[in-house]
Amino acid sequence: MSVQTKKTKLKKFLAFAPLILLYASTLNEFDFNYLNYKYFSFNFPFILIYYWSLKRSESLGYGSIFIASLFNDVVLGFPIGLSGLTYFIICGFAAYLRNITLRPDMVKDWLFFLLTILVATSINYFLLTTFFSVNVNYYDLTGNIFFTFLLYYLFSYIFDIYQRFVFKEQTND
Amino acid sequence: MATSRDDFVIAIRSAFLKKGNKQRFSLVALIIFSVVLIVLSRINFPAINYLKIGLNEVVYRVSFIVSLPEQQLNRSLIVINNHLNLYNDHDQLKEKFKSLRGKELDNEYLKFENERLRKIIDEYIINTDELVAKVLLDKESPFLRSIILNKGSKDKIRIGMAVLDGPYLVGKVVEVNYATSRVLLISDLNSKIPVILEPGDIQSIMSGSGKNKGQIQYFKTENTLNEKKIVFTSGSGGIFKSGIPIGEFNSGEEIKFFSDLSQLTFVKVVSFNKENN
Repeated sequence: MSVQTKKTKLKKFLAFAPLILLYASTLNEFDFNYLNYKYFSFNFPFILIYYWSLKRSESLGYGSIFIASLFNDVVLGFPIGLSGLTYFIICGFAAYLRNITLRPDMVKDWLFFLLTILVATSINYFLLTTFFSVNVNYYDLTGNIFFTFLLYYLFSYIFDIYQRFVFKEQTND
Repeated sequence: MATSRDDFVIAIRSAFLKKGNKQRFSLVALIIFSVVLIVLSRINFPAINYLKIGLNEVVYRVSFIVSLPEQQLNRSLIVINNHLNLYNDHDQLKEKFKSLRGKELDNEYLKFENERLRKIIDEYIINTDELVAKVLLDKESPFLRSIILNKGSKDKIRIGMAVLDGPYLVGKVVEVNYATSRVLLISDLNSKIPVILEPGDIQSIMSGSGKNKGQIQYFKTENTLNEKKIVFTSGSGGIFKSGIPIGEFNSGEEIKFFSDLSQLTFVKVVSFNKENN
C-alpha cells in the first residue's frame, strides 16, 4: 500500500473525528470532575456542537447530534429529549451566526458562544427545576458555563488547526 | 430599520427552517420532536419508558467501555497521590488503629447487649440480604450525583434498596433495568435521608449538597449542634434500617461522609426485612 493511499485513508478516518469525539464525550461525559476542583467542570459537547455547526455543519449531522443527545440523557439520568433540545438550540444559534456573518471573527464567535450557552443552559435549568422537580446547584452550573466559555477559545484554536490539516481549508479567522 | 428586521427574520428562517447542506432534518423539526419527547417523559408515557429502558441497557455498557481511559487516568492520579502521602497516612493510621482496638471490644459487647434488650421488649430484629455489585459508571456531573451498577432486576434489585460502601451508607437505588441499575448518591441535591445525630438523639433530614458533603435540614432550633456528632440513619419512613453510619458532623450544617463517594468500585446493595421474634 502506497504512502499516499495510507495518508488518504487516515484523512478519511480523521474526517469522522468530530463525530467520534461527540459520541465519546456524551457517553463518557468527560469534564475532569474527578480532579475534584471546586466549581471546575465544563461541557465539552457544547463546545464541539457549536464550533462544528458554525464552521462545518456537515461534519456533525443533526441526526447524529440527536442520537448523541439521547446517550447524554441516559448517562446523566435526564428526561429523554432534554439534551436534544439544548443541543439543537446551540445548533440554531450557530446556524444563525453563520448566516449573518460575512467576515468570521474568532472573538465575535466566542462572545456569541457565551450568549448561546447562557440561553441553552437556562432553558435546561428551567425545564429540570420546573417540570421535573430536579434540584440543580446554581453555583456549579454557573461555574460550568464560565469554564465552558473560557475553554471554547482553546478548543476552537485546536479545531482550526485540525481543520487545516484534515480538510485542507484555511479558516478565515 | 425595516431592512434590518427583514435580514434578522431571513437569517432565523434560514437557520431553523431550511435543511442545511447534507442535513436530512430541519432544525425546527428536531426541536419540536425533542419537546414532544420531553412532554411524553413528563407524563411517563409507556413507550418512552420502554425506549429509556432499552437505551439504558445498551448505553451503560458502551459508556463503561468508553470511560475506561478516563478511569485509568483517574486511578493513576490516585496512585500517585497515595504514594506522596504514604508516610503521613501510615503515622495517622497507627494512631487510629490503637484507639480502634479498644473500641472494637466495647462495640461487640454493646451489640450483644442491644440484641438481648430488643428481644426482651419484643422489638423486631432486622434481617439483611446483601448483594455485591460493581460500579460501571461514576458520574459526578454538576447536575446529578449517581452511579450505575452492573446488577439489575434479574438479580432481584428493587427501587429503594440501600447501597453501602463497607458499613457506610452511600445511596439508594432509584432506577432498575434488566441488567443494570442507577444509584442516587447521598451527596446529590435531591437525596433526602432521615437521620439521627448521636450523641444527643437529634432527629433530622440529611440532604446532599451537590459536593462530597451533606447538609442537616429540619431540626429543632433548640438543639445545639456545636459539638462533634456521628450521623446514622434513623430508620424513619421504613426505607432503611436504623443505625447505618453515614458521616461525621462537626459544626455549621455540613456532614463529612465516612465513605469517599468519588472512589466507589464495589458496593453492597442491601434490603432489610423484619424478622419475627
